[in-house]
Amino acid sequence: MPEAMPEAQCVQIYLNGMPRQVARGTSVAAALLLHAVPCRESVKGTPRAALCGMGICFECRAVINGVAHRRTCQINCLDEMRVETQR
Amino acid sequence: MHRYDLIIVGAGIIGAAVARECARSGLRVAIVEAGTPGGGITAAGMGHVVVMDDSPAQLALTAFSRGLWREESFPVSVEYASPGTIWIAADEEEMAEVFTKKETYARAGVHSQVLSAPALAALEPNLRAGLAGGLLVPEDGVMYPPAAAAYFLRQAKEWGAEMIAGRAARAGEGSVSLDGGLRLTARFVLLATGMDCALLPAMPLRMRKGHLVITDRYPGFVSHQLVELGYLKSAHKVAGDSVAFNVQPRQTGQLLIGSSRQYGSDTVAINQEILTRMLQRAEHYMPGLGAVSALRIWTGFRAATEDKLPLLGPAEGLSDDPTLWLAVGFEGLGYTHAPGAARLLADRLLGRASAMELEPFLPARLKGSAAGKALHA
Repeated sequence: MPEAMPEAQCVQIYLNGMPRQVARGTSVAAALLLHAVPCRESVKGTPRAALCGMGICFECRAVINGVAHRRTCQINCLDEMRVETQR
Repeated sequence: MHRYDLIIVGAGIIGAAVARECARSGLRVAIVEAGTPGGGITAAGMGHVVVMDDSPAQLALTAFSRGLWREESFPVSVEYASPGTIWIAADEEEMAEVFTKKETYARAGVHSQVLSAPALAALEPNLRAGLAGGLLVPEDGVMYPPAAAAYFLRQAKEWGAEMIAGRAARAGEGSVSLDGGLRLTARFVLLATGMDCALLPAMPLRMRKGHLVITDRYPGFVSHQLVELGYLKSAHKVAGDSVAFNVQPRQTGQLLIGSSRQYGSDTVAINQEILTRMLQRAEHYMPGLGAVSALRIWTGFRAATEDKLPLLGPAEGLSDDPTLWLAVGFEGLGYTHAPGAARLLADRLLGRASAMELEPFLPARLKGSAAGKALHA
């Protein structure tokens, strides 16, 4: 899908170091879901993804630009943003 | 003929440890608990197993107890680990104390290692720059106190101890009467009731409130239990409210952040002013803590005695009842002291030789103490 979009409407981010393009205005949580990347792993190592999508449940936390426990459903993707699965 | 040799009132970490020690020594033991075992003071603290050197007696009992902790084979649920404690010296004056402390520990057979400023920074890179150094005590431990209490209790039951759910309305003269009328008899009754003095109002305990914060998971952010050396001054030598930098890494990567000490507050509500001071203190030592997210904040009450030592043994001096024994007044060190206190009490009950003296902890020393009179008058 992102390939079909004009470049101006896309932003480039890095998901666990892999360059990915998403539509401008995409939340980080949505970008992680689009590319099937877990936002974090539980204490026992099982993958987690966004649940409520409105900043309440804290399930969607990930590391954004080196800062842990960011709620990805509340943050839009910006160019060159680095998002890591939180372990 | 009494049904039991010993009835213990209170199934916190102290009561549970004493129950196990006495049951496995062959005594017939009952434990009476009204609430959730390990749900009182036991559930409120950090679970730091630490050798402390405020006084020779405290040093002896914490070192003895820590040795017993290290002999245990705990299930995973207890989360026992030995990250070690680092006492942090902020300046050269405190660095001088580091050397004194090392010598004191060495005389008690406790291994420790002086850390230069660069060595400290290498071990704990999230501490601020400019600290003078520290003292690493590698054999100090951490654990999860309610799980440790549950484990001691389970072992106590395996050795034949009986757990009785109910509130002790009266205790003494070789019996414990429960709400509802059940009366149990024993040769001895031991109060391990934490801060609850209802069964013996003459117990000279003062409540010392503390705050703790637990954070989300930040694995690797902190590797040792970190305590400012000034803690000794702020926590144990000052009568008023105090805060100190004290951070503990949990196995999940979560951080427990403390600590505060307040007399004169008996409400569980969080005191925003103290909490703010406590967190500012933590951030002062570890600036990155300002950006971590806290999950929960709570308070708890330490049962403090005026000489900072627990009350262990016959209640003589505080009660005329020769059957009544005490195991209270640990002021936050009950986690460390539990196995050692249990061993000494069992030794005394059974007339066995002990590895160390019980005398400094006998309740009679605080007969007529101001704290007891003021609090329970």
